[in-house]
Amino acid sequence: MLTDFELQALWLSLKVALRSVALSLPFALGAAYVLARIRFPGKVLFDGLVHLPLALPPVLVGYLLLLTFGIRGPLGGWLFETFGLRLAFTSLGASIATAVMSFPLMVRSIRLSIESIDSGLESAAATLGASPLDRFFTITLPLMLPGVLSGCVVAFAASLGEFGAVITFVSNIPGETQTLPLAIYSAVQTPDGDAAAARLAALSLVLALSGLMVSEIIARRARMMLGGGPE
Amino acid sequence: MIDLSIRKQLGEFGLDVSFSVPEQGLTALFGRSGAGKTSVIAAIAGLLRPDEGHIRVSGRTLFDSASGEDVPVHRRRVGYVFQEGRLFPHLSVRDNLLYGQRRSPVVNRRIDLDEILELLGIAALLGRRPRDLSGGEKQRVAIGRALLAQPEVLLMDEPLASLDAPRKREILPYLERLRDELRVPIVYVSHAIEEVVRLANLVVVLDSGRVAAAGTPEELGERLDLRPLLGEFESGAVIDASMEAYDAVFDLSTLAFDGGRLRVPGNAGVIGAKVRVRVRARDVSLATQKPVDISVQNIFEGSVEQVAEEPGAYAELKLRVGNTRFLSRVTRESVSRLGLRTGSRVFLLVKSVSFDRETLSAAPGIASAGQRGHG
Repeated sequence: MLTDFELQALWLSLKVALRSVALSLPFALGAAYVLARIRFPGKVLFDGLVHLPLALPPVLVGYLLLLTFGIRGPLGGWLFETFGLRLAFTSLGASIATAVMSFPLMVRSIRLSIESIDSGLESAAATLGASPLDRFFTITLPLMLPGVLSGCVVAFAASLGEFGAVITFVSNIPGETQTLPLAIYSAVQTPDGDAAAARLAALSLVLALSGLMVSEIIARRARMMLGGGPE
Repeated sequence: MIDLSIRKQLGEFGLDVSFSVPEQGLTALFGRSGAGKTSVIAAIAGLLRPDEGHIRVSGRTLFDSASGEDVPVHRRRVGYVFQEGRLFPHLSVRDNLLYGQRRSPVVNRRIDLDEILELLGIAALLGRRPRDLSGGEKQRVAIGRALLAQPEVLLMDEPLASLDAPRKREILPYLERLRDELRVPIVYVSHAIEEVVRLANLVVVLDSGRVAAAGTPEELGERLDLRPLLGEFESGAVIDASMEAYDAVFDLSTLAFDGGRLRVPGNAGVIGAKVRVRVRARDVSLATQKPVDISVQNIFEGSVEQVAEEPGAYAELKLRVGNTRFLSRVTRESVSRLGLRTGSRVFLLVKSVSFDRETLSAAPGIASAGQRGHG
C-alpha cells in the first residue's frame, strides 16, 4: 500500500515528533509552573522568550539553531568534542528544531491547566499533613494531567508538520531528516512528482486527523477520571 | 487549650486578637463578614502569617514571633473544614477521607475510619466521587477528612454557609455529636447567630479585627450593648432547660427551667435530657395583668431589669423570671403606655409556636472553662 519511501518518511516523522515531545516536556512543565505560579521581576521577558518561536519565522529559528548547534557553533562544537554528538543534519537535530518550535504551544496548554487548579485544594492538602513536594505529586500534577496530555498531543502534531526550522537546521536528507512535509516539498520540486506529492499529502492528512481524534479521546477520558463532567 | 494572641495588618484592615479557649468543646468565632474571623483560623492553620504574636495549641507553640517559631502548615496537625469543602475532585470519597490519615503518624491515630463513617453517616458514600455528592454530603466528607488527619484542633470556616436551610438542618445534629463525642476542641467561624447559639460552649465576638466580647451564649445574649453586633432581628435569650414530660396527644413537650416550665411543640428529647432553648426577643409579649382565656401556653410572672430604648419604634427589655433572663422586643409606645421601667412586675407571654427546630437543640455537654478576651 505504501512505498518504502513513504514508509521511511512516515516512521521518521513519528520518531522525530515523539522524541521532540519527550525532549521539551520537562522544560515545558518547569516553564509553565514558573509562569503560572511564581512572581518574579523579569517575568514579562521570560514569558516573551518562551513564546518567541511563535513570533519568529521558522527559517530564522532554524538558522539560529544552526549558528548555535552547528559543528562550528559554540554549543555544537562543545557537544561534538565532548560527547561526539552531532546535531546539525541529524534526526536528533530535527527533533530539537521541532521541540523549539512547538515549545510555546506545550507551555501554553500546561500553564492554562495549572492556572485552572484551585490553589485552595493545595492549602487543604497542606492542612491534612502533605509537604510541598507531596502536594505537587498527589494534587497538582494529577489535576494538571489533562493539560499536559493535550499539550503533548498539540506539540506532537505541530512537530509532524514543522518545515522551515527543520530544513534550515538539518537540511532535507532522505532517511535521516526528511520528514513528511519535507518529502512533500521534494516531491513537488521533482518533475512528474505530483502523484507522489498527493499520496504523501493524503498520508499527512490521515495522520493529522487521527492525532486530533486520539487527543480528543484522551482529553475526554482524563476529564472523566478527574471528576469533571463527560462533556 | 488554644492560646492565641496575634496582630496582622492586611492592607487597611488591622487584626489584633487575643483569646484562650478550653481543651474541649466548641468555641464560636462570631462576627459580621469582614470582622476577621477567617483570618484568625487561617493564622492558627498557618495559612496566614501574623506580623507578631503567638499561637499555642495544647501547649505546643505553632507560631511565636518573639522566638521566630513558625511551624509549616503540614506539620501543625490542625484540621480545617473550608466553607466550600475543597474535596479533591480526582480522588474517591474513600481516598479523600484517608488522605490525611495516611500522612499522620500511627501513634497519633485516635480517630479511625469506622468511627467517622458512623459519626457522620457517610459509609454509603465511600465509593463515590466528590462530583456525585450533594452539598451537605460534601461538607460531611470534608469534616471527616479533617478529623481523620488526627488534628489537635478542628477549625471550621462557616461550614454551613454555602448550604440551603434543609441541608443545614441535616448537618447540625452531626456537629452536635462531634462537639460532644470527640476529644478535639473545635473553633467554629460563623456569622449566623442561630448556629452559634445552638452549638457553642463559648463565643468570641469579633468586630473590625478585635475581640468585642467573649463568654457563654447565655452571658452574651443578655448583654444589650452587644445588640448591634449580634443583629437586630436575631436577639433573644438562651435558656438551658431539662426535658420533663411529653404529651403525645397534643404533641407538646414540657421543659423545666429555673423559674418555670415552658411548653414547646414536638418531642424535644428523652425525659431528663438537657435542652437548649432560644427565645427570640420578638416572640415575648408583655402584660401588666395576668391574661385569662388566652391561647398562649407560656405565661411567666417576672420583673423588668432594664429597658433599652432604641432609635425608631422599638425598645428592648431585659426581664427576669426566677433566675432566668428573658429578652423582649416591643414598641416604645407599649413601654410608655404600660409604664414599664426597671423593677416593674410583668407577665411574659411566649407562644409555643415560636419554637421550631432552629430554636431547640441539645445543650452542649461540657461546661465552659475559663476564658479571657481583650480588644
